[in-house]
Amino acid sequence: MSEARKSVAIVIAGSGGTGAITAGSALLAAAARDGHYGLMTKLSGAQVRGGEAAALIELGVDPIEAQPDRFDCLIALDWQDVHRFAPEIPLDGDSIIVCDPKNGAVPEAIARSGARVVELPIAQIAASVEGGRLNMVGFGIAAELAGLEPEAVDDAIRAMIGSKGEKAVTASLGADAAGRAAFAATGVSMALAPGRKAERWMLSGNEAVGLGALRGGITFVAAYPITPATEITEWLAVQMQEHGGRVVLAEDEIAAINMCCGSAYAGAPTMTITSGPGLALKVETIGLAIAAEIPMVIVDVMRVGPSTGIPTKSDQGDLDIALRGTPGDAPRVVIAPISIADCPATTERAVHIAEALQTPVMLLSDQSIGQTQTIIDVPTERPTPLKRLTVPFATGPDFRRYQLTDSGVSPMPAPGTPDCQWVADGLSHAESGHPSNSAAIHVAQLEKRKRKLETFDFGDGWGDVFGPADAPLALLAFGSSVGPAKVAAARLTEAGTPTRVVALRVLSPIPKAKLSAALAGAKRIVVVEQNHSAQLYRHLRGEKALPHGSESFARPGPTPFRAAEIVAHLSQEVAA
Amino acid sequence: MTIHEQPHACPQQLTLKDFKSSVEPIWCSGCGDFGVLQSLQRALAELGRPPHEVVVVSGIGCSSRLPAYTTAYGFHGVHGRALPVATGIKLARPDLEVITVGGDGDGYSIGGNHFLHAARRNVDLTYIVMDNRVYGMTKGQPSPTTEADWDSDAAPGGTGVKPFSPLAIALAAGANFVARGFALDVKPLAAMIVEAVRHPGFSFIEVLSPCITFRPEEMEWKKSVERGAIQPTSDRAMATAAVLSDTEMSTGIFFKGDRGVYREAPKGHGDAEKIAAQFRVGGNAHLAPVDSGCCGGGRTL
Repeated sequence: MSEARKSVAIVIAGSGGTGAITAGSALLAAAARDGHYGLMTKLSGAQVRGGEAAALIELGVDPIEAQPDRFDCLIALDWQDVHRFAPEIPLDGDSIIVCDPKNGAVPEAIARSGARVVELPIAQIAASVEGGRLNMVGFGIAAELAGLEPEAVDDAIRAMIGSKGEKAVTASLGADAAGRAAFAATGVSMALAPGRKAERWMLSGNEAVGLGALRGGITFVAAYPITPATEITEWLAVQMQEHGGRVVLAEDEIAAINMCCGSAYAGAPTMTITSGPGLALKVETIGLAIAAEIPMVIVDVMRVGPSTGIPTKSDQGDLDIALRGTPGDAPRVVIAPISIADCPATTERAVHIAEALQTPVMLLSDQSIGQTQTIIDVPTERPTPLKRLTVPFATGPDFRRYQLTDSGVSPMPAPGTPDCQWVADGLSHAESGHPSNSAAIHVAQLEKRKRKLETFDFGDGWGDVFGPADAPLALLAFGSSVGPAKVAAARLTEAGTPTRVVALRVLSPIPKAKLSAALAGAKRIVVVEQNHSAQLYRHLRGEKALPHGSESFARPGPTPFRAAEIVAHLSQEVAA
Repeated sequence: MTIHEQPHACPQQLTLKDFKSSVEPIWCSGCGDFGVLQSLQRALAELGRPPHEVVVVSGIGCSSRLPAYTTAYGFHGVHGRALPVATGIKLARPDLEVITVGGDGDGYSIGGNHFLHAARRNVDLTYIVMDNRVYGMTKGQPSPTTEADWDSDAAPGGTGVKPFSPLAIALAAGANFVARGFALDVKPLAAMIVEAVRHPGFSFIEVLSPCITFRPEEMEWKKSVERGAIQPTSDRAMATAAVLSDTEMSTGIFFKGDRGVYREAPKGHGDAEKIAAQFRVGGNAHLAPVDSGCCGGGRTL
């Protein structure tokens, strides 16, 4: 157990108020300072405040892109209701459980994993330090287990606790040191190989989307609170105090998107932020924005549905509504970041595309991307800015807002521009913008709006291919399914079955040529997605973007995809 | 924030014609909405803002067709959502004059929630509701202001439901200017619109606008409207009492308040890279703070 490892997966759990999540954040921050990567998923009970909580963390010498198949260690600050998380914390005979014997026996649901129990008097250790808290002892145990450098650990504490004053810092440093010393005495270690120290970023997908919005030039946001998307709205509301721009908390989801219609019409790059139930409410206005050619970014951080579903868990079941929800025919751009690291650039790009094409762009994130915190290399790639066409071709009576052009894009002067007055209208309208019931005009405008999307060059942003490009097995995924698919593919490739991953970023319009080239030569294609009805698979098959014989591996949330599950599915199918 | 003066710096010589578009209204001959359109065009001319600095916003319904009948910029959106659209326009571009128009079904029924919150938010907007106490475009169903015993196919014998008072609701929700006009009193209505536009914050005018087709009896409003009985007050309680004790047929300005308008957007440095610095960790960034607030609490909403 003492040789250097490439990764270690640790859970810190406890009842409400013990600070398990804070300990997890501290561990991630300490690992980043020690040159390691990491990924943290938060679990909490259904209670609004308090209730059991767990930080699921994997640290590694390489970037971590998916939840681990199993955990090496569970540190239980206490046992109150922690057993409820048992199905989400896979342990086995190689795992250890660190717990305080004072808290009683290990709950059966956890004990049956066969993990070895390492007992430590956690409460007594915390009490030995003035102001010492359980969670900082737990943090020290985890840091010692992973073999993190003490300087990095202390730095992380100072950065996190510093604002609370020197007394709090001293107490936390003391509790952490006591935890480390106590665990070192057990002789157990799962120390990581040394990391490569460099400046990195630590952030969640929701924060990363917020940053992409600012970089893209969003100056107006209107939204209604909804889990798991609210954090983007809150982050932007706080940051815009310093950066500039405005977040309006609307009275409802429909008001939010209609406010966005107004601000975008008035010239501001605009965003609304929601999750599935909110997206459903916005659907009518999405049709209006498409018909009236109003640009905006609509962020949907998907959660388990239908209806209220499971708000705090991930799923990819909003694809259908994102692609087609609206009365009538309303073609649209749907884009999904393929990882947390991809969120800033893809969000920034979504703003550019919305502005360039004068149309709503759906940005499909999901709870797993949004609420997971991770350490990434500093993103260096930024998309080339694109702007709205605002200069009219002609003014006065000759100005035509919806002029038929080869690109489908026509000039959209903002109010205040003389001699270009036009009315944005959800009624079928002529090139002038005036309402019309003419069949020829209606079809011409439908074609115009479709042409905008089809002639636009999405370039390299369409998606990415990972692994051997000529591999006979290809996994096709989007959003948070890409991470586990990549881990699975790497494992399969290493085991002698070369596997590539095609990560689709532009889901609509389907980049058929690019996708076809990325899949060329594949003997077996499997679409991996986290929903119950194979929405991506049906979308691609329906649009004839996948060859016959392509397979689907779709399964719904709430449990996260794990690489082992994908590998097992593929082996099973081969055997059958 | 205190009330600010309206930015009507250099009025131009404009006439009603400058605001008349070439689009032919779809309204029935004799519809009260013609009077409201003309009043609005007169008011805009008097206000002196050129058409390209004005945006007329609406939802769906007969009266919501109005934007295309002016030469201003316009937004004809979906049913009931005119006020949020207008809010977005005004907040993004405070320099524009934003007028919202619509009917009783659009504004009080499907859009009722937005009516409450637009009044509460008090963005500097003017909202003109052409109330004919019926859904006209869908051919004669009762609306929230229709009398309880009004017989229709949709509600034989009447809905049995008391109509509500839009003015009382506007006052309760915080509107800063509350008035009632009559569509066929064009000159007084135009003057009322001018005053509403000039008044800071959310200004609400309920206009009695007869529907000649489905409510022909409303043509009698010419006689039953009570003119000149209402005195404006800045006391919300007094205005509410006046509204509630009224026959719902008095025209005039009931209330002119001095609530602060919705706050201005923060003016920042506009540098996203300064914001991105909060994510830096490790390397040379080892002293940068890492807890950005949203990831430490484990909370859910």
